[in-house]
Amino acid sequence: MTKWIEACGLDDIEPEDVLRFDHGGASFAIYRDPAGAFFATDGLCTHERVHLADGLVMGDQIECPKHNGRFNYKTGAALRAPVCVNLRIYPVRVAGDRVEIGLEETQ
Amino acid sequence: MTTLPFVQKRDYSLTGPSARRAVELGLASAEWYHSEVPRKVMKELMQRRDGPALRDTAIWIGLLVLSAAGGIAFWGSWTAVPFFMVYGVLYGSACDSRWHECGHGTAFRTQWMNDVVYHIASFMVMRNPVSWRWSHARHHTDTIIVGRDPEIAFMHPTGILPNLLHFIGILDIWASFKVLLRNAAGILTADERDYIPEREIPKAILAARIHVAIQGAAVVAAIWMGSILPLMLIGGPRIYGCWHMFMTGLIQHGGLAEDVVDHRLNSRTVLMNPISRWIYWNMNYHVEHHMFPMVPYHALPRLHALIKHDLPPANPSIWSAFREMVPAILRQRREPGYYLRRELPPTARPYREEFHTTVPERASMG
Ligand code: FES
Repeated sequence: MTKWIEACGLDDIEPEDVLRFDHGGASFAIYRDPAGAFFATDGLCTHERVHLADGLVMGDQIECPKHNGRFNYKTGAALRAPVCVNLRIYPVRVAGDRVEIGLEETQ
Repeated sequence: MTTLPFVQKRDYSLTGPSARRAVELGLASAEWYHSEVPRKVMKELMQRRDGPALRDTAIWIGLLVLSAAGGIAFWGSWTAVPFFMVYGVLYGSACDSRWHECGHGTAFRTQWMNDVVYHIASFMVMRNPVSWRWSHARHHTDTIIVGRDPEIAFMHPTGILPNLLHFIGILDIWASFKVLLRNAAGILTADERDYIPEREIPKAILAARIHVAIQGAAVVAAIWMGSILPLMLIGGPRIYGCWHMFMTGLIQHGGLAEDVVDHRLNSRTVLMNPISRWIYWNMNYHVEHHMFPMVPYHALPRLHALIKHDLPPANPSIWSAFREMVPAILRQRREPGYYLRRELPPTARPYREEFHTTVPERASMG
């Protein structure tokens, strides 16, 4: 069952930016695309476990700050070497002025 | 005067005892020091633009064409020499910085432009575009960590003659070409397999075959024409024009501490004349580049101005960098663990001292 966890406020992330959110011993990245919609992925790069929230959002891509690998943060697809493994994505919803991330009950 | 014996050769392989020791000591894929830059400012610095790299690439290609045309037109007379001097540096040295920046994907905002220039520059610099992408990622993960970094320029104790010969590219071009030939034959070493993922290996082999075929075509053309002119234009500049690449490349980390996870200790920022900075695409801001590889070359001077209070003072010139590096390299030939200690300004956050105190031990262990 999906449990909705409050991650941040609507205004905590500018359009075309990313924010780190830690919960339950795991790290997540919450994104806001240029149109203002929110998305979430695992917070650590699948290449060398670096925090993606220090990276750069360009359109619907996030570039990792360590080796410039890229993912589509909407689909999780690995797009540019050295990342080869896709990123896990999570559902996101807006509740009032808060952004919530949907995690499975075990997380 | 007592003469110290040469230090024992350290194990710089990526699969030997140094590699195991780096992992045991927590030096592999470690968390590195970063100067503090507010997110808003960093976001602005990281922004990609096509404009600066389009302008620089147009100038680069334009000058390559003009200098090559001059060299061909005056071939056989001394007038051709200055044209080839310019062409050689634009081909044999500027290719390295273009390869580097486009490999990071930071030169252009448009990704295919990075890829096109990356492949052209990889050919010019005679590097396998696939394997070097991976080796450079490792260089950023484990900068100058012995047993991990495949791009360490000075492996101690370093030889004087090979380093001098670097400036005329003879050894380097031969070594590079042997790697391409080996890769083209489908052979990759254990070190290469250590940092290239299995699924990328067929691409590395294909790229090597294409490079070898084009270089080979230049050799055939030279034989067929009975003239070295084709080789002056293709491949040759990597010999007669690479001096600037080595002049700037060797000072990036030369003489500084190995096995530390703070780029302020193992990398060197050097202020340079504008022509060298253009050829080198601002990689003289080397500490800044390693700390924040997301920042494009055209934004590095701004980044430098922002964080210089937290960095060792930059060397004021190429000459000053060589003047401090060369004696250190020579001393490192005889004194295990010797390194140049960078001095931080009082405004900087301090180093973790244990890095400094443990380096000599690690050197003798390697
Ligand atoms: S850690 Fe993300 S690309 Fe290497």
